[in-house]
Amino acid sequence: MNQAIRSSLLHGAVIVILAAMFFVLPEYHSGNLARILVLALFAMGYNVLFGYTGLLSLGHALFFASGMYGLGLSILFLQASPLLALVIGLISSVIVSAVIGFLALRTTGVAFMIVTLMFAQAGYLTVLFFGKYTRGDEGFVIQRAQRIFFGIDLSQPLPRYFAALALFAMGLCLIAWLVHSRVGKTLIAIRENEERARMIGYDVQFHKLLAVIISGTLSGAAGAAYALLFGYAGASFAAVQYSILPLLYVLLGGAGTTIGPLIGTVFMFYLIDISSEYTNAYLLIAGLVLILLTLFAPQGIAGLLRKKLSWLP
Amino acid sequence: MSNHKKIPNLNAPDISHSNDNTVEISRRTALKTIGASAGALAGMGAGAGALSGLIGSAHASDEPIRIGFQVHRTGIGAAYGRWYDRTTEAVVKKINSEGGINGRPIEIIAEDDGTDPKRGAEVVEKFATKHNCDVAFGTLFSHVVFGSAPRAGELAIPYFVVSEGHHVASGKLNRYTLQPGITDVKSQVEAMAPFINENLGKKVTMIFPDFAFGHDHRDYFTQAFEAVGGQVLEKIAIPPTETSFSKYFPKIPRETEVIYHVMVGPAVLTFVKELGEFFGPSRPEIFGFIDSLEAVDLASPGLEFLDGTYFWEGNPRYAQEGQSEFDKAYREAVGVDENGASISDAKDVSTYAHMFGCWETLHVVKAGMEASDYSGPADRQKLIEAVEAMTEMPHSLEHPQGAKLFNGKTHQVFGHQYISKMTDGKLVLAHTTSIEDTLYEDEVDYTSMSF
Repeated sequence: MNQAIRSSLLHGAVIVILAAMFFVLPEYHSGNLARILVLALFAMGYNVLFGYTGLLSLGHALFFASGMYGLGLSILFLQASPLLALVIGLISSVIVSAVIGFLALRTTGVAFMIVTLMFAQAGYLTVLFFGKYTRGDEGFVIQRAQRIFFGIDLSQPLPRYFAALALFAMGLCLIAWLVHSRVGKTLIAIRENEERARMIGYDVQFHKLLAVIISGTLSGAAGAAYALLFGYAGASFAAVQYSILPLLYVLLGGAGTTIGPLIGTVFMFYLIDISSEYTNAYLLIAGLVLILLTLFAPQGIAGLLRKKLSWLP
Repeated sequence: MSNHKKIPNLNAPDISHSNDNTVEISRRTALKTIGASAGALAGMGAGAGALSGLIGSAHASDEPIRIGFQVHRTGIGAAYGRWYDRTTEAVVKKINSEGGINGRPIEIIAEDDGTDPKRGAEVVEKFATKHNCDVAFGTLFSHVVFGSAPRAGELAIPYFVVSEGHHVASGKLNRYTLQPGITDVKSQVEAMAPFINENLGKKVTMIFPDFAFGHDHRDYFTQAFEAVGGQVLEKIAIPPTETSFSKYFPKIPRETEVIYHVMVGPAVLTFVKELGEFFGPSRPEIFGFIDSLEAVDLASPGLEFLDGTYFWEGNPRYAQEGQSEFDKAYREAVGVDENGASISDAKDVSTYAHMFGCWETLHVVKAGMEASDYSGPADRQKLIEAVEAMTEMPHSLEHPQGAKLFNGKTHQVFGHQYISKMTDGKLVLAHTTSIEDTLYEDEVDYTSMSF
């Protein structure tokens, strides 16, 4: 069996298992999984830039928030339908990621990290500055009636779960296709040796910008989906914490792997959920686990699996 | 951290032991902390299937009433959370000692929301679908309420917030979210306008944090102050990331008669110190909200400048002359001395202006459950209707902050507000508003909404 078929079977199996889990898991965990799928989409977007292109961004909260506010504000002020609002959210994140990518890609390495961090911080302060419209840190609720998508109430557990799964599946399929495509292979070449890729004739800058836009748009789709499925948009999602979280998800799960972001998100979510039942110092536990993983499994959980299963995409 | 505190029925309240309980819980917490490190690591490998078992959903009549307590144990609200925790522990002990609710003891299931709206929503979900709580309660910070309330509505779990935000009465939330134990910022701010206009001056400059809480002050106070003939000369918004304030003070117009300030967060001490350096001995009148200095020792260096200035207090921190018997008993039960600090540590200053909300809210929950003959989650709608039917809440041990008036349509309670003057490093009560001063027109009728 060749690698492409194995990959397709794996991704198909992941989606089928996730669909079945809604009917198997207790209500609490299926609710969590809906959230995890949205956050995993965010992490998958991050992985395009970090895992496959080798660019470490500290500003992805801005892309997440651009999708979230693009959707939320259009529902709030334009009474847009969920579909139109979702499209507006996606367009917002495409525009924001294109502009940020164009500017930030003038830098590399540590400077790129700092510039993306600063842009995200500027975005966060912009949300606060326009508090009259965004309600700043307090945020706003997207009412249940505004979250009915072609007659389907997305506030209900089953539609919400499968909407999250559909988005996740689309993201997974897109990335599975991307990494085997000519563009994806070019991104990996840039990650491995940018100068060599440039020397053999690839337009490195264009491909990096493309990676930022794909990454930012997937992150924005996650932000828009979060607001639509969970009924809330607020400035805390634009804060630095939400730039760090996808990095952690990807590091834990395995950078440069298609299923790593999902594994990392599940791991991190339950690490905090379970440890917080025992101690207020749950972030300390999360930190210790991260240190241990970074020391002993720097390639992440999926990276470890890949040692045994070399075909793992 | 999640605590399952089943506080036993006692024949008589033993309020002097409240601190012992705290020590005991801390010790247990420490043991759990050690176990958690190994448990969390080992548990991960087992996957979701090995996650904690669900608690049975049957609510037999002898089972406790399970109250999910959404508490800010970490994050920006941690100081408030610490005292909300202690107050909740004290009120549960009191209620259980009096026979509980409908003969059933209260069991508190506390979860840290990290003062984060995303985690807040997850915690509410956990209360409803994992812990099978009867109700959720306790949240203070507005953004956590906004993040959590939609899930509470979707899960049909009554969500009693202790937030003082205007979010409930504004109509932006849902029928399952109520605020019956603490007044909201709109009523607090509007009730200050007549006092400032009549006693301090008619030309005000406002200094406030540039986020939603500050904007509420800016908008509601300006409207109310202009309605009584005053004038707001300047509105100075301070970005939340600011650490130095001197550059903002030259914006204060010379003709300012009163500075109205509300600053929240660790930078407040710097703010006061720099304000003192800017004005020196010839300052205008100053009026502030105690939110700036909740859990802060007023004897802290630099705060001397505030002597002679006025503060809004939700509940007077210092035991006042003529202190009510209710405040005295409440103070003792929670473990607060006459200066508003912990009886075991004079430096551990309480959030006295807000935390009474936990005490009063749980008494409202008790009254609501008794009025609706609540027996389990199937009666949640009856519980909400019973609370909506409430109106007058007399000054009592159940409502030690003062008498209240509940508006069932807006799900918001109204009550007296206190204005204190800082005198020799203590806050001395100068004025008490009437409840009528705090009322405003309804903005929503939740009772007309379906469940």
